[in-house]
Amino acid sequence: MLVTPLSGWGRYPVQSCEVERPERYADLYSDAASVIARGQGRSYGDAALNENRRVLLTERVNRLLELDADNGVLRAEAGVTLAEILEVIAPHGWFLPVTPGTKFVSLGGCVAADVHGKNHHHDGSFGDHVAAIELILADGSRVACSPAENAELFRATLGGMGLTGIIGEVTLRLIPIASSHMMVRHHAAADLEQLFQHLQNPALDDRYTVAWIDSMAGGAQLGRGIAMCGHHAAKEELPVGLSLSSFNSEELAGGRSRKKHARAIPFDFPAWMMNPFSIGAFNAFYYRREGKRQQPFLTGYDSYFYPLDAIGQWNRMYGKRGFVQYQCVIPDATAFDGIKALLQELSGSHRPSFLAVLKRLGAQGRGLLSFPMAGYTLALDLPIRDDGLFALLDRLDETVLRHGGRVYLAKDARLSAESFRAMYPRYGEWLKIKNAVDPQNRFSSSLSRRLRIGEELS
Amino acid sequence: MSEAVLILGATSAIARATAAAFAARGAALYLASRDLDELERISADLHLRHGVEVRYGLFDAEATETHEAFLQAVIKAMPDLSGVVVAFGYLGDQQAARDFKLGAKVIASNFTGAASILSYCANYFEPLKHGFIIGISSVAGDRGRQSNYVYGAAKGALSLYLQGLRNRLFASGVRVITVKPGFVDTAMTFGLPGLFLVASPQAIGERIARALDKSADVVYLPWFWRYIMLIIQHIPEPIFKRLKL
Ligand SMILES: Cc1cc2nc3c(=O)[nH]c(=O)nc-3n(C[C@H](O)[C@H](O)[C@H](O)COP(=O)(O)OP(=O)(O)OC[C@H]3O[C@@H](n4cnc5c(N)ncnc54)[C@H](O)[C@@H]3O)c2cc1C
Ligand SMILES: NC(=O)c1ccc[n+]([C@@H]2O[C@H](COP(=O)([O-])OP(=O)(O)OC[C@H]3O[C@@H](n4cnc5c(N)ncnc54)[C@H](OP(=O)(O)O)[C@@H]3O)[C@@H](O)[C@H]2O)c1
Repeated sequence: MLVTPLSGWGRYPVQSCEVERPERYADLYSDAASVIARGQGRSYGDAALNENRRVLLTERVNRLLELDADNGVLRAEAGVTLAEILEVIAPHGWFLPVTPGTKFVSLGGCVAADVHGKNHHHDGSFGDHVAAIELILADGSRVACSPAENAELFRATLGGMGLTGIIGEVTLRLIPIASSHMMVRHHAAADLEQLFQHLQNPALDDRYTVAWIDSMAGGAQLGRGIAMCGHHAAKEELPVGLSLSSFNSEELAGGRSRKKHARAIPFDFPAWMMNPFSIGAFNAFYYRREGKRQQPFLTGYDSYFYPLDAIGQWNRMYGKRGFVQYQCVIPDATAFDGIKALLQELSGSHRPSFLAVLKRLGAQGRGLLSFPMAGYTLALDLPIRDDGLFALLDRLDETVLRHGGRVYLAKDARLSAESFRAMYPRYGEWLKIKNAVDPQNRFSSSLSRRLRIGEELS
Repeated sequence: MSEAVLILGATSAIARATAAAFAARGAALYLASRDLDELERISADLHLRHGVEVRYGLFDAEATETHEAFLQAVIKAMPDLSGVVVAFGYLGDQQAARDFKLGAKVIASNFTGAASILSYCANYFEPLKHGFIIGISSVAGDRGRQSNYVYGAAKGALSLYLQGLRNRLFASGVRVITVKPGFVDTAMTFGLPGLFLVASPQAIGERIARALDKSADVVYLPWFWRYIMLIIQHIPEPIFKRLKL
């Protein structure tokens, strides 16, 4: 056991945890009174933290166990990263059915947060493609869970943030691809209204659609941005020479290629470097450059799905105090007003958000604590300069609640227990299952204590 | 290159990384230790990631009476066996110095077991006039310290054994390489106080496989441990015995 300070990707909060790192599948268990699994620590806040209590690192229990290359089904241990999976499956013509914006996350983390990608409005969330999992319960027993077997426990574990048990193995259904390239189009939008129109327009929409927002633009330009739509390039779309065999997304003729070794941010940027002027200037430049790319272009899957992975440790750009990613979803009916109100509040606060991303989400899935619901999700990266940020975020919560939306737990570090209950109406149903499998609430985390999840009786 | 490598103690993180490095070069593998469930998982993983053939079987270093039959079974399954990596080992704890029952296990796991299985491996490779033996010893075997001298003595004995074996097998063209890692980030060391310059098992595993392409007989990993140990070995005993190490 190692007692060490840990944090999520946002580097806030930082808490001392008792860390264990099993290397064998049989050791993927702890009899500590409170324990939480941790994959790659890419959740932003305190979901994978357990202050002064046990954290179980899954990173060494990361074996690929079975690949059915004919039908595209993979079984693997939960500690394996999506990056490692892609390296093995892409050359066979398979891809992840859903992927978050970084491939440096664990398979278990993707199930536990029931992550969504840019294709949620077409393909649902990660959990929709999970055929089965093996869950290690509080008493050490292992149970198979799937939509058919232990279905309730399965629903409680998808998006359950590790609070039902330790996910040991995952069986995932993959999707076929014809090459490792993406065919992408950008559509610039001058303001929020046009951006929403782009996202709603079936003629522009594609399997993967995401919008970047210039968070520094205000007034008449509030919400200006670029919708980025793409799909896995079909055989016919590839130039000669880039055929089926070309699965190496690093080597790409024509499109922008990327060096094999990512550069890393070597130190914490001083706070003044990320200011409204530098971010505003960058955003204006980015808007002009990327907005021009209206003609379809080919690019590797890495640069389409994982642009930020090219810069290692980019979270250090936000300085020593870290940052919060605020991600919420607002249901379709109130989405435009809600998102507009959030952006207005943000632009009025003069707190620069380096990153603002807007995505469409499809219908709510079976995960009882899963984040997605039919609507629009906005994600903002906000550096922590002073405690005033937290007051602003509380106001954003109120706006989200007023519009019937919710905040994403995998990104969260500061939501209140009351807001959580108002945002997740299926929590009561979840709690019954939790109490049945873990009556002593042994699977608990800093997040679950902050939100008082699992503490009351159902 | 078509290598076929037997890895003993294959469930250790260093061994896993070494196996992966060999698999990445296209080598077929035979993995062995006492934990069949783990071996099955590691085998499946290496096969999927590298496309090589991976077999596995039960091996207990302490059960020396089984070693001859074990090696025969390996050769039967993998007739083109070209090399052996001895990665098994057991650190034990401080008590091993005070309680010989514990100390005996440390000696058997790190030295006696290795001497046993290596005797059969050497006898097999010698007449074939090819093959390699890589033994993972430790910098801890370079000088006795109060904190872990039973382990250190066993590893020191292993280093001497490998040295003698290298001398014997030189004439038949069989390579014997002694690997002496410093601190490596594995289950053996996780959470231990007082570690410094800790290397990742991946870095160590890759360098172990690469040692075959180079000429050095004794490889410190990472390289700077050669100089750290040089200094430690040259501290005069009257001073050394007073140090708290
Ligand atoms: C740059 C970036 C982009 C991102 N983009 C997206 C996105 O587009 N969509 C999206 O949905 N998310 C996104 N995320 C969030 C990320 O996908 C999730 O937080 C994911 O859970 C991280 O996986 P991890 O392995 O790092 O998990 P961790 O952060 O280590 O853990 C996250 C949660 O999963 C639980 N957990 C992890 N492993 C297990 C296990 N084996 N058993 C039980 N519980 C477990 C933990 O207890 C914790 O509650 C992004 C994150 C980053 C840094
Ligand atoms: N970690 C370090 O800092 C460090 C430094 C210098 C040298 N080393 C040496 O490097 C090697 C690997 O170390 P590690 O840190 O990766 O160790 P580890 O994780 O503790 O693994 C030890 C390995 O030895 C095997 N083993 C132990 N007793 C055995 C027995 N009786 N029969 C068969 N196998 C046995 C275990 O296999 P099963 O339990 O599956 O049987 C396991 O694979 C060891 O020789 C160690 O001494 C390590």
